Amino acid sequence: MTYETIIGLEVHAQLLTASKIFCSCSTKFGASPNGNSCPVCLALPGVLPVLNKKVVEYAIRAGLATGCTIAKKSVFARKNYFYPDLPKGYQISQYELPICIGGKIDIAVNGEKKTIGLTRIHLEEDAGKLLHEHPTTRSKGASWVDLNRAGVPLIEIVSEPDLRSAEEAVAYLKTLRAILIYLEICDGNMEEGSLRCDANVSIRPVGEKKFGTRVEIKNMNSFRHIENAIHHEVRRQEEVLKEGGRVIQETRLWDSEKEITISMRSKEEANDYRYFPDPDLLPLLIDDSWINAVHQNLPELPEAKKARFMSQHQLSEIDAETLTSSKSLADYYEACVKIYGDAKKISNWILTELLRELNNSGEPIEQCKVKPDGLSGLLQLIDQGKISGKMAKAVFLDMVKTGESAKDLVAKQGLSQVSDASTLEPIIDKIIIANPNEAERYRQGNEKLIAFFVGQVMKETQGKGNPALVNEILKRKLKP
Amino acid sequence: MELHHQTLHEVHEKLKKKELSSVELTQAVFKQIGKTEKKIKAFITLTEEMALEQAKKADAVIQKGGNFPPLTGIPLALKDIFLLKGTRTTCGSKILSNFVAPYTATSVENLLRDHAVIVGKLNMDEFAMGSSNETSAFGPCYNPWDLKRIPGGSSGGSASSVAAGHCFGSTGTDTGGSIRLPAAFCSLVGIKPTYGRVSRYGVIAFASSLDQVGPLAKDVTDAAILLKSLAGHDPKDSTSLNLPVPDYQKSLGRKIEGMTIGIPKEYFVSGLEPEIEKAVRDAIEVYKKLGAKIREVSLPNTDAAVPTYYILAPAEASSNLARYDGVRYGFRHPEATDLLSLYKKSRTEGFGPEVKRRIMLGTYVLSAGYYDAYYLKAQKVRTLIRNDFTAAFKECDLLLTPVAPSAAWKVGEKTDDPLKMYLSDIFTINVNLAGLPGMSLPCGFTKEGLPIGLQLIGNHFKEETMLQAAFAYEQATDWHTRRPKL
Repeated sequence: MTYETIIGLEVHAQLLTASKIFCSCSTKFGASPNGNSCPVCLALPGVLPVLNKKVVEYAIRAGLATGCTIAKKSVFARKNYFYPDLPKGYQISQYELPICIGGKIDIAVNGEKKTIGLTRIHLEEDAGKLLHEHPTTRSKGASWVDLNRAGVPLIEIVSEPDLRSAEEAVAYLKTLRAILIYLEICDGNMEEGSLRCDANVSIRPVGEKKFGTRVEIKNMNSFRHIENAIHHEVRRQEEVLKEGGRVIQETRLWDSEKEITISMRSKEEANDYRYFPDPDLLPLLIDDSWINAVHQNLPELPEAKKARFMSQHQLSEIDAETLTSSKSLADYYEACVKIYGDAKKISNWILTELLRELNNSGEPIEQCKVKPDGLSGLLQLIDQGKISGKMAKAVFLDMVKTGESAKDLVAKQGLSQVSDASTLEPIIDKIIIANPNEAERYRQGNEKLIAFFVGQVMKETQGKGNPALVNEILKRKLKP
Repeated sequence: MELHHQTLHEVHEKLKKKELSSVELTQAVFKQIGKTEKKIKAFITLTEEMALEQAKKADAVIQKGGNFPPLTGIPLALKDIFLLKGTRTTCGSKILSNFVAPYTATSVENLLRDHAVIVGKLNMDEFAMGSSNETSAFGPCYNPWDLKRIPGGSSGGSASSVAAGHCFGSTGTDTGGSIRLPAAFCSLVGIKPTYGRVSRYGVIAFASSLDQVGPLAKDVTDAAILLKSLAGHDPKDSTSLNLPVPDYQKSLGRKIEGMTIGIPKEYFVSGLEPEIEKAVRDAIEVYKKLGAKIREVSLPNTDAAVPTYYILAPAEASSNLARYDGVRYGFRHPEATDLLSLYKKSRTEGFGPEVKRRIMLGTYVLSAGYYDAYYLKAQKVRTLIRNDFTAAFKECDLLLTPVAPSAAWKVGEKTDDPLKMYLSDIFTINVNLAGLPGMSLPCGFTKEGLPIGLQLIGNHFKEETMLQAAFAYEQATDWHTRRPKL
């Protein structure tokens, strides 16, 4: 029997606000343990939450960018459970009435387009972190609580069970990530946990209408993990069914080292979260004027940017799509265009030389040592005839390594192109005299031999001769 | 009258005329505490050193001359549910017995802004759960009018201390009657303001949608002065309303002629002790003489109040009290070996039986499968109860009822019967469910000499109307001038 895979994703995205969702503590990553904490996020007796307005604005942005309906009224609810990283003993989240409802995200897998539905987006607070000591250290395996992350704002984006493969799931997540980054509401860093994803996976015989029993997979912190975990889980469920067993509803953890999922808790063991509306917070009311204001200030999204690059810069669809695949790349490109001017030339350099180097190093563009002014400077040297295109490629590699400007590198390495006819002419004369046979054959009509002479001049000038000028002088001197 | 039995506004006049300094006043209060505190056990913590420092500062303010707030230099005390930076704040519980507040409640900041002197933290039912002050982990508190009896709860120490002259006013919190009941039992004026009138920030939460801060005082004027100081919008409390605070003292003395006072018939039923009913009926007669129109009204859902309250309040409490887990502060059981035993042992030993009963009740009504039948239904009934009041206030300015069906009972009398205890709040709980302002004021004594309280209930944010009527009654009677003999 062949099975169809059904996947729905729950994505948690940390919002890039300066302060936490219910207090004024900083959200900066990397502070000393509990350095970003106050009575409110430590859940001392008597404290009360006050909603951060920016958080709401960011959630509205996410909702508008994904075609959601923004709820005029949404309600914060308490999700009750005990754990030391949850100082209040409950997480403030949204349950029955979330801030965004519906929506969709368009994805493409192998060129095939598909629309994935969104169930909802809701607001909630993040929990803290626990650090467990190794049992042999001084305090017999104590656990430490760091509440810097407690109260950092999150949106949870819940998809419909519209995804049909691990590849679609990854494409969905990549698209969603790009949107969040474009919106400037999340940095999308999966390693640091700014973007986290849980997958609900089930399978059913092809043609069957009813969904199979779903399993929730947690603990996947890269695209590769997600892909592998879903592949593994689908295989596991197929084996269970083929052996006549039944998939049980449970939560499983992805073990990226062993590349398997491990059962964490069954449905019976699941917490009863006892959700109820948080009496410390009033219902969140959002009027049209607020939604309109956010809408007007919405940053340009990938699709719109792509269309603009095509019309404004006359780029091909494929080039525009690649350049807008991440906001930082698009920003880089636009910064170059602003300095340099020639969109076509700069896009070619970015799409070939720059992207190849980034792929090789695996570095994000933000960390690339060649900044837009650097790349523009390099291209300007070509235009001024200071270096050849070929030389520029070599200089570029050095720029990537050292971060120095093209001008400095060219000067340092004495690479500056020889564009002075009075320097080139004696060299060319010498070469023509030294190669009388070739000169004769050229004069008799074998014009291909011009390349031979250019090669000789370049050899003599260590590649520094201005190719156009060398050509011109050669042709003049070899004229019959 | 002895100094410690005088009212807040009387000693304010003395301070103003410089007949007395705040330091002298504070010393006199501590002298009285030294004499009679052991009889009533009103305090959990005394803060003499800090109080004398505050008194010195207040004297400096007074010396400077000019106008100063009426609370300047006045010794007050706080229910031990209010956080005051640097002082222990226990909430009457073992689980917070070692907790020193690192910040100060907004309402207390307001008192300090007005140069009040804080003499200590007052005894209370554990986490404000109780009507007799007997659930306190620090032992019961006694009624100055009869030391064999309870002072009422949960703000028992707040009432007992003021009645005994151990301070000139106190703060309390009222979730289902916790200010009004002890005020009635100790012959004091106690106000539960409109929900949202006073900030809850820095006040340990019991049931967030019902909790409200208010004063306990010797007369209406004192209560008005204290309320003015406590009240006001607080950006740290999302449920605090951004409305200007009126000068409540100004509403005192206005005639009440033509005011319509509603008498809800559901409050005069079997279970109400005849002596209490008579005192309240007499008060109605006083109001008639003062020119008020008396009108019988109906609040048909009154019966549902106690069951509704005992679903909603424990539900919120079960969640509010989850933070006391022994991880970050408060009592941590020394024998805990792992996470689960840390939770279980710390909470089992840290909380008393009444608190645990309510946590279990609340956890139950919020559980999957029971939420709709209990919590959701109770919320709907709460709306009905609120609608009853809305309808009543269409035809009257105020409602008048007894505070409690009986006067103060003997220590231990109801401790084995939680239901009986819960029923003592039958006339006060509705006011919290509807978020309305309510107050208790003295309206007589039983044959045994126990105080009886009259409840006035106002419409939302109509504290002024309530105080105006309370003051008119007070002027026409002398119940408020009596003091217990200790």
